[in-house]
Amino acid sequence: MHPNIKIKGTRDGISIAVEPGDWSEIRNALLEHIDKQIAFLENAQLTLDVGEHALKAAEMGRLRDQLADRTIKLQTIISQSPITERSAQSLGIGIRAAMHIKHSPPPLNTSIGGEGAVLTKRTLRSGHSINFRGHVVVVGDVNPGAEIIADGNILVWGHLRGSVHAGASGNENAIVCALELAPQQLRISDHISEKRPSKIIKKPKAARLEEQEILIETWPQKKSK
Amino acid sequence: MAGKVITVTSGKGGVGKTTIAANLGAALAAVGKQVVCIDADIGLRNLDIVMGLENRIVYDLVDVVEGRCRLRQAMIRDKRSEGLYLIPAAQTRDKTAVSPSDMIKLCNELRPDFDWIIIDSPAGIERGFRNAIAPADVVLVVTNPEISAVRDADRIIGIIESEEKGPAQLIINRIDQNMVNRGDMITQEDIVELLAVGLLGIIPEDEKVIVSTNQGLPIALDDKNLAGTALRNISKRLLGEEVSLLDLSNKRGFFGKIFAGGRQ
Repeated sequence: MHPNIKIKGTRDGISIAVEPGDWSEIRNALLEHIDKQIAFLENAQLTLDVGEHALKAAEMGRLRDQLADRTIKLQTIISQSPITERSAQSLGIGIRAAMHIKHSPPPLNTSIGGEGAVLTKRTLRSGHSINFRGHVVVVGDVNPGAEIIADGNILVWGHLRGSVHAGASGNENAIVCALELAPQQLRISDHISEKRPSKIIKKPKAARLEEQEILIETWPQKKSK
Repeated sequence: MAGKVITVTSGKGGVGKTTIAANLGAALAAVGKQVVCIDADIGLRNLDIVMGLENRIVYDLVDVVEGRCRLRQAMIRDKRSEGLYLIPAAQTRDKTAVSPSDMIKLCNELRPDFDWIIIDSPAGIERGFRNAIAPADVVLVVTNPEISAVRDADRIIGIIESEEKGPAQLIINRIDQNMVNRGDMITQEDIVELLAVGLLGIIPEDEKVIVSTNQGLPIALDDKNLAGTALRNISKRLLGEEVSLLDLSNKRGFFGKIFAGGRQ
């Protein structure tokens, strides 16, 4: 067996873990290894632990196709790289969080008020999903069919038309704001608002919890009380 | 010749991928280009019917991939257009009979002999769709002015972007200007604003298109038909010509004129 590739059978199928190193070498070794063991791996559902490898979607798609050529379905990716996770998401491949995270936050991550935040500079299209334990900032649109789940606040510098859940782990102070707020569904903590604005006023808006109800106001907010 | 591969796809079914693929093939061949259309919808083949070549199929795409025939043997020459060929899909197999790398290999074999290779993608985002976009140089995303079709187009565009096959170009099919005027149909502006990709063409709703597909006669060869003109214009834009979008608002029917009232 190749020293950089560990393979084992699990309850959910076959699991393969690869070591760090040059990705193209690792990939070739992986495919070579699979070719040798094809009798054992035929029609397998594969969980691939790529560790810290940062795989772009095109690269991951190629690997998925190469595996498909060998009758193997790339079912789940385990990764410590946010780039790889995003690629898997956009290709519709399942993601499982790595068991051991030993590294500092990735470069895209930043912090707001001491809490972690993730910044996405592109439009989230239908099927895209961001799930993050801190704040989420999107510079771009969030289209219908896309979703954001954040433990902190959600800020969208664009049109918000997808589904969002701020304060997902119970933070009732979380807010959602967007240049145009017309979500399919908006949740804060365990409260839900399915009300879509009847008339879309193209003004920035913010949503927050007030007395157990989700309140949506145009921005800047009028000083009340 | 270094042929370009165009994949026509949509996500949602029934929006007009096959009709558009057949008509772009006919329109490009009509101006003297060498064109081959490939039906990638294995198991649900239709492109042969729309092109009127159903009764000439001997070999198909899967036969080529599995080496039962030579590539040339599976290529059916069109009845009317010189320089237009079809590689039909297999009807008795499924999408897994072909892989993305098979499609890339096949297209690379065709590129030296053709100007355009047009792939008619199946609906969906699974294997068949991945087979269809694997060799693509240009991806045309077809949508209808319906929320569900636009939603699926958005999903498809996201996948195309992340697989670095983009930028996708958009075709809005079956616009009914009377419905748009009444405010009962989403407008092309709304669709383009949401999807944020280049608009390659708009095609008006026209029942003659259904007649033409049933008869296997491409509407794009009909000079007097507006939908046919729209399709020809798309083919011209693919060839790099600057053709402005059709102004459908002037082409109101009898009822449209009445209901539009004093509006310009």
